[in-house]
Amino acid sequence: MDFTQLRNIISRYCVGEEIWVDSRTVYIGHKEPPPGAEAYIPQRYPDNRIVSSKYTFWNFIPKNLFEQFRRIANFYFLVIFLVQLIIDTPTSPVTSGLPLFFVITVTAIKQGYEDWLRHKADCSINKCPVDVVQQGKVVRTQSHKLRVGDIVVVREDETFPCDLILLSSSRYDGTCYVTTASLDGESSHKTYYAVQDTLAFRTEQEVDTLHATIECEQPQPDLYKFVGRINIYKDKEEPVARPLGAENLLLRGATLKNTQHIYAVAVYTGMETKMALNYQSKSQKRSAVEKSMNAFLIVYLFILISKAVINTVLKYAFQWSPDRDEPWYNHRTEIERQRHVVIRAFTDFLAFMVLFNYIIPVSMYVTVEMQKFLGSYFITWDEEMFDEELGEGAQVNTSDLNEELGQVEYVFTDKTGTLTENNMEFIECCVDGNVYIPHAICNGQILSAASSIDMIDSSPGGYRREHEDLFFRALCLCHTVQVKEEETVESIKRGIHQGRPTSFYISSSPDEVALVEGMKRLGYTYLRLKDNYMEILNKDDEIERFELLHVLNFDSVRRRMSVIVKSSSGEYLLFCKGADSSIFPRVVSGKVEQVKARVELNAVEGLRTLCVAYRRLSESDYQEACLHLNEAKLALQDREQRLAQAYDIIERDFVLLGATAVEDRLQEKAADTIESLHKAGMKVWVLTGDKMETAAATCYASKLFRRTTQILELTKKRTEEQSLHDVLFELNRTVLRQRSISGLSVDCLDFGLIIDGATLSAVLKANQEGAGCGNYREIFLDICRNCSAVLCCRMAPLQKAQIVKLIKASKEHPITLAVGDGANDVSMILEAHVGIGIMGKEGRQAARNSDYAIPKFKHLKKMLLVHGHFYYIRIAELVQYFFYKNVCFIFPQFLYQFFCGFSQQPLYDTAYLTLYNISFTSLPILLYSLVEQHVTMDTLKRDPSLYRDIAKNSLLRWPVFLYWTCLGLFDAVIFFFGAYFLFDNTTFTSNGQLMTTNTQMMFGNWTFGTLVFTVLVFTVTLKLALDTHHWTWINHFVIWGSLLFYVIFSLLWGGIIWPFLNYQRMYYVFMQMLSSGPAWLSIILLITVSLLPDVIKKVLCRALCPTAIERAQSSRPCLTVEPSTIFMLSQSSSRMSF
Amino acid sequence: MVKAEKEIANRPDNTAFTQQRLPAWQPMLSAGIVIPGFVLIGLAFIGIGVALFVTSRSIEVLEIDYTGEDKNSPCFKCSDQDVKNCVCNLEFSLDSLFEGPVFFYYGLSNYFQNYRKYAASRDDDQLSGDLDAFTSPSDSCSPFDLNGNDKPIVPCGAIANSMFNDTFVLYRVVNGVKKLVPLDGKGIAWWTDYNVKYRNPTVTPLKNAFNGTVKPISWPKPAYQLDTSDPANNGFINQDFLVWMRRAALPDFRKLYRRITEGEYEKGLPAGNYSLKIAYNYPVLSFHGTKKVVFSNVSWMGGKNEFLGIAYLVVGSLCVLMSIVMLIVYAKFKFPEDD
Repeated sequence: MDFTQLRNIISRYCVGEEIWVDSRTVYIGHKEPPPGAEAYIPQRYPDNRIVSSKYTFWNFIPKNLFEQFRRIANFYFLVIFLVQLIIDTPTSPVTSGLPLFFVITVTAIKQGYEDWLRHKADCSINKCPVDVVQQGKVVRTQSHKLRVGDIVVVREDETFPCDLILLSSSRYDGTCYVTTASLDGESSHKTYYAVQDTLAFRTEQEVDTLHATIECEQPQPDLYKFVGRINIYKDKEEPVARPLGAENLLLRGATLKNTQHIYAVAVYTGMETKMALNYQSKSQKRSAVEKSMNAFLIVYLFILISKAVINTVLKYAFQWSPDRDEPWYNHRTEIERQRHVVIRAFTDFLAFMVLFNYIIPVSMYVTVEMQKFLGSYFITWDEEMFDEELGEGAQVNTSDLNEELGQVEYVFTDKTGTLTENNMEFIECCVDGNVYIPHAICNGQILSAASSIDMIDSSPGGYRREHEDLFFRALCLCHTVQVKEEETVESIKRGIHQGRPTSFYISSSPDEVALVEGMKRLGYTYLRLKDNYMEILNKDDEIERFELLHVLNFDSVRRRMSVIVKSSSGEYLLFCKGADSSIFPRVVSGKVEQVKARVELNAVEGLRTLCVAYRRLSESDYQEACLHLNEAKLALQDREQRLAQAYDIIERDFVLLGATAVEDRLQEKAADTIESLHKAGMKVWVLTGDKMETAAATCYASKLFRRTTQILELTKKRTEEQSLHDVLFELNRTVLRQRSISGLSVDCLDFGLIIDGATLSAVLKANQEGAGCGNYREIFLDICRNCSAVLCCRMAPLQKAQIVKLIKASKEHPITLAVGDGANDVSMILEAHVGIGIMGKEGRQAARNSDYAIPKFKHLKKMLLVHGHFYYIRIAELVQYFFYKNVCFIFPQFLYQFFCGFSQQPLYDTAYLTLYNISFTSLPILLYSLVEQHVTMDTLKRDPSLYRDIAKNSLLRWPVFLYWTCLGLFDAVIFFFGAYFLFDNTTFTSNGQLMTTNTQMMFGNWTFGTLVFTVLVFTVTLKLALDTHHWTWINHFVIWGSLLFYVIFSLLWGGIIWPFLNYQRMYYVFMQMLSSGPAWLSIILLITVSLLPDVIKKVLCRALCPTAIERAQSSRPCLTVEPSTIFMLSQSSSRMSF
Repeated sequence: MVKAEKEIANRPDNTAFTQQRLPAWQPMLSAGIVIPGFVLIGLAFIGIGVALFVTSRSIEVLEIDYTGEDKNSPCFKCSDQDVKNCVCNLEFSLDSLFEGPVFFYYGLSNYFQNYRKYAASRDDDQLSGDLDAFTSPSDSCSPFDLNGNDKPIVPCGAIANSMFNDTFVLYRVVNGVKKLVPLDGKGIAWWTDYNVKYRNPTVTPLKNAFNGTVKPISWPKPAYQLDTSDPANNGFINQDFLVWMRRAALPDFRKLYRRITEGEYEKGLPAGNYSLKIAYNYPVLSFHGTKKVVFSNVSWMGGKNEFLGIAYLVVGSLCVLMSIVMLIVYAKFKFPEDD
């Protein structure tokens, strides 16, 4: 099938006007041109090295440090650290320097390791062996050493190491077969041609004698476009120039098939190959959670600065009167007195910043990184995502995006190899309404599955028999399938008798292979085409020979193909097969009704159907047809058009024989997965390079389109009839009307959109030209938004990325996910927020460039609905909790400034300040964020609609953030003033002095701080305990363990005179506090009061407006009691959530 | 075979942890737990609150301000900075027995013992009896580390320098005769401060350790002469010094001065007239501070503290109230688990 024409059209749309910026001249075999040719200007080309790594050994440290300090948080901590070094601050530089150093080191190690892996992967590609012809000999070298101009030998099933111009092949006609599956997803074999003047070279020596140059355009990313010229210098003759086109260019990444070896010359190498140009530069993907985290961070930074400013201003207001500024008991040193007031104020401001800097927790970043890194192991460990066939489980390439998996709104999926197995299978055929299914064959006997179909009239046996014979012969003859050469007729025969499933057909259309294979299974085997005779082995084991007279090739406008053959009995027969819509109008007789019914039934099943018809030609008919055809073929002008006319005349008056059904087997559970994704509120788009009909059939099969789906077409065919403008507006109207009619009941009708690459680029291009013709892009997006499913066919790899980008940039900024398996999907995988690679048959480029790689499409369901959901709620809690606990931590310190004359006196001891985030409160939240399951995995899988609960970053929106912050403020106020009133109004004392009784001791400021701190640690830990829904032994261990650790640490810290400290201010403070009854009572009281509002809020929210998840949680106890009602209940709960 | 091995190698471990299927307790804040829980907590809190409140009520406190700002105050004459060695007498009477043991505090207000610079202005090495630190006090003590002649100050720093130095003598006036009330100054500081944290240098006599150093600028006597009556109560382990060195958390504070536990006052201060002789030394008016003396007795829960009792009562009632509100909510909006 000839796609080049269509491709050219697409490429014209994609790339726009071709621009000859420059051309390059390649000297084949690095030979200098003969004198007299243009001046020899050696051009410099990159070598054939592929680089995907970010760092080298030398630039790692500076570049990585630079990248890390570009992060706002790291930079902030660096500044704080420097401030602490420079000025006299309330806390020691160690308190911020140590954690910062820790964070930077951990991150650098992680990134270095990841880059090392990339280096290794690059290396294995670059070191892969390649055969090059040098001085008439084949020399084995490494891929990265290839240079432009090298002559390369590629053998069967090898992948081309760079972009090559075919010189000659082992086939005598100078052609070779190539599959570009890993480039554009088409697994069919394509034929590439050598230039006439070079195709005769057979050996290395001969090739080496070639003296020629190639002039071609500079590299550009369009896979289907190449313009060049080869100049061949022969002895003392004028050079012969031949044009070169895309049909001569073998692309890197494609694989040589069915050809022993080829000789070809390298024109584009390394990062200039079309495959590499189709890769997009890797940009650091950041998850939505990280973005909200940064937003929160900025809020907190603002709070921090305003706190520091308020305190500085108040300090100077407070110190206005000299007795407060410098009371007699607290004189300044001379140096301090001489300092200018502005400098003093600025220093004070910085000191306040340092004092409050813990509000932005450095440990949050460590914890988040650790959570992501460790958490991602649950994906790789997941046994359900392990594929037995591949022997591999899911892979995580970047752990930064775990939570993004829970936020996906748009799923862009490739078709071939992702949704489908990329494996055509013949399902059934029907002759006059009688269905034949290959599975029902026993010993070559066809058992008609007639019981499955209504026999309206039982035709006479002879008539039926005749049609049956013709039908099977038609399918055996009407195709362009080639037979692998090494298969002999005898071996084929033997294979059939032994029931060996041999696959020896090759064709540019996998459907045709499937059909011919299917015929073989039904007893009719196409053997070969020899000397224009097609040989068929029929089910009686006899060889029938038909003379092939004419092939009326397939084209996508006519959507059918025909052959004219002459049977051994001298009959002229025209067999035609094609899409039902193009056959039925031309049929004059046959059981149209029955066949039509069957075809429709099959189409709904998602099978790819073709109708088969024939026409008996008389001698005169045949002569006439020949005349038409030859005339058209010889025409110099409008050849295409005239051929079409000729075909139109010949292909008519058919007798309908029957129909076939071929299935591109969907991947296991693909439909179920898509259904779940739909239920989870995601929009699924299929982006494929395949043709529309095929893609649409797959969409139906995978339940992307349902029978009720109203299909909107935005294809080249339509835009040719109407202008793009009209079509767009019409579709938009349809959609809008429907929306206004349906009103509340949105589900009553859903739309599916089909758009092709050409139209898409027209839509996008129109926008660039200006607003004159209206904003097509917006209208298009508007239509898409109202469609539950969109199919984009005939997409070039970069177009896939364009679509993703378009949606990403639309005004809701939805989170996108791209899933694909081939190199053609790499650009979209890189573009989308989350890129998922399927470890497919078509190489590993997609898996390598993806963020996550899974063995099968069905694993996407668990990946998103379970892992994504878990990761999201985990990290959301992590982020909110971190901010909360640091508000609780630092706000009392802020309040304390009002009672210590704004002197930056820390409320807590240095050890507490440093360890609060590092050890007292870090492990419970880290472990929570690793193992929390607010509902069980099974519930999540069973009820995809729970995914909607967390959509749109719902747990990290501003109201939620505000709630947490207010809760933190409330708790902080309770802690501080609780302690304040206990200390202030009265003598808060202990009467249980150690050793003696009946004494009264005074508590100092460290006891005050320790009391607040104790309440703080207990409250924030218990708050997390309240939020924990899934108490494994780990949670128990960590939560109670860290509380115990706090107590033990405090006892130890205060129980010993630490020799390395120059102050002993905490000595026995904690013990003395615990020896006081009121301290115990107030700790209990303050913890209770701090936790009360959250408990009340939880209970009331659950009662008044429960979310779907909360309902699912509530129904959990019932489920465990009565497993049989699980399904019913989950259904009812999901219904209630709408 | 090779493939099978590879498969096994790649296959993830099927353990409960890796598959996230660890057995777990999945509690939920459901009606059945929360409402009874709230009622229970509420009742318990109310109980504690009542107990605390009643106890607190039974505690007696007597506070007398003696700053002398007011012209009618007996200490008015001393409030002038220029008057040295001023003594004033504070008269008060008790209507009934002030139950013992009675604790005698002094209180300061608007006094920031929690200034950062002030708080750091001490040398713990010195205070633990390290003689090297005697000759070269830590920088943190600055500007109270060296006197004008660059002689080291021991104990150095602002805290020590500003030690409270008013002294009190309490008399019971019986028939116009002043009868000395014995005050017990032992064990008013933390046991650990007295026995472990603060150490005098192991030099006898103590005075020799202080050779080459000077007393803090504001001190009338050097550290080794703080208590002339008891040689063991001198230097850094002087009880009053220890009490002072434990800085107060807030600007209005009181510190324990003495206990009244001995002899006939074991049961408390009997009703009658009392006279408190105050050696007024400590200047507070310059920073608008006040000074006071406080007599108080204690209970099992410490000093007088109505706040804690009231807070318990309020929180307890709130809990009960919330449980009622929740009950109403539950009745109105049926919970899913009630179905």
